[in-house]
Amino acid sequence: MSGFDLAIANLLSPMVLFFALGLGASLARSDLSVPEAVAKFLALYLMMAIGFKGGVAVARSGIDARLLGVMLAGILLSAVIPLIGFTLLRLSTRLSVVDAAAVSAHYGSISIVTFVAATQTLITLDLPFEGYLVAVAAVMETPAILTALVLARRAAGGPERRQGEPQDFGSLIREIGLNGSVVMLLGSFVIGWITGDRGMKAVEPFVGQLFFGMICLFLLDMGLIAGRGMREGLKALSWPAIAFGLYMPLISAALAALACLALGLSAGGTALMITLAASASYIAVPAAMRLALPEAKPSIYLTLSLGVTFPFNLALGIPFYVWLATLIKG
Amino acid sequence: MQTFTKKRIAIVIEQPALNRVLEKLDQLAVTGYTVYPVIAGRGREGSWRADGMVSDAGRMVSVVCVCDPAKVDTIVEPIFKIVSRQVGIITISDCEVIRPDHF
Repeated sequence: MSGFDLAIANLLSPMVLFFALGLGASLARSDLSVPEAVAKFLALYLMMAIGFKGGVAVARSGIDARLLGVMLAGILLSAVIPLIGFTLLRLSTRLSVVDAAAVSAHYGSISIVTFVAATQTLITLDLPFEGYLVAVAAVMETPAILTALVLARRAAGGPERRQGEPQDFGSLIREIGLNGSVVMLLGSFVIGWITGDRGMKAVEPFVGQLFFGMICLFLLDMGLIAGRGMREGLKALSWPAIAFGLYMPLISAALAALACLALGLSAGGTALMITLAASASYIAVPAAMRLALPEAKPSIYLTLSLGVTFPFNLALGIPFYVWLATLIKG
Repeated sequence: MQTFTKKRIAIVIEQPALNRVLEKLDQLAVTGYTVYPVIAGRGREGSWRADGMVSDAGRMVSVVCVCDPAKVDTIVEPIFKIVSRQVGIITISDCEVIRPDHF
């Protein structure tokens, strides 16, 4: 399938169309909404299902010797991408040091929904991928946060020059590391790994047949939220900042593609690794930023990540990353 | 019915910082507190609503505790150190209670 055909097939997939429905409804100020409790359930379900299925895949195939190398590459990418993002933001925008650090943390970390959307594209294309990449996704959540913290603190001239309670770095790491989404994803992965096919048989209708419909409902909600973010938050962003939300995923994708040349992943696995690097967080990192860098403005980092980069990745990024992966691994 | 004057401390704080506030209240040996969900609002940092967020970041909660007037400073000062860096409000008002030994 050519890159163009891939892009069209992706744009016409139920996932993207449900996202577009939510986005359109929100921009048109429809009263369509997903209740908070349902949205939380969907997020939990998504973490559980993707983690569990990844664990089962590893139980079936066994631990690949490449796993450690891929994990290490994931951690490095997550830690290094914020350095590039921070530098570009400071050079091209008027964002403060704290805001630039917070935004760059989002781009070093990952979006599990973008990852799920990419896996569904691969399944549609019949491209196999390594199940353990779910665990790689989980370990890529936090290194970016640490890099951003170091950047913000170094630029501020010291660990604590702000008013308020001095932060204990150890407890901050515990709060960030024990973020509910990371715990659910890794915990479900381990449960899937331990129980394997026996476990899969027990929970299959829940995490299997219902999965795609649930993602569509989740993406409808994401569309509604992204639309609200665009409506209210884009005014707070300058054009160079919006441009960053579009070119930064491509820079991260190029870095990941280079790393994948040495990793020995399949074409599907390479596409997922590129997608992980190119995606920007909007679940774990915003919560971490409210604790670690509360002076950073959510209207900037959430709008960029959710209102600019997520729609870009979902509509155009994923087919491009799959095409790039097949190009270098085909 | 006889009532007694106490102080009601209301803290509106971002959901991610809730545990820090509750841990501090536990350390301060506050006799009790209540956490309320809040739905939507607008402040200096803009408007927000509970069902418009994909994570807890951006959601707010309200913590209310009632205490003896003599304890207000010992409670509010350490709590303010947490709230001062976050989006949040602390208000202190008079209230009447029926069982003064509970606070």
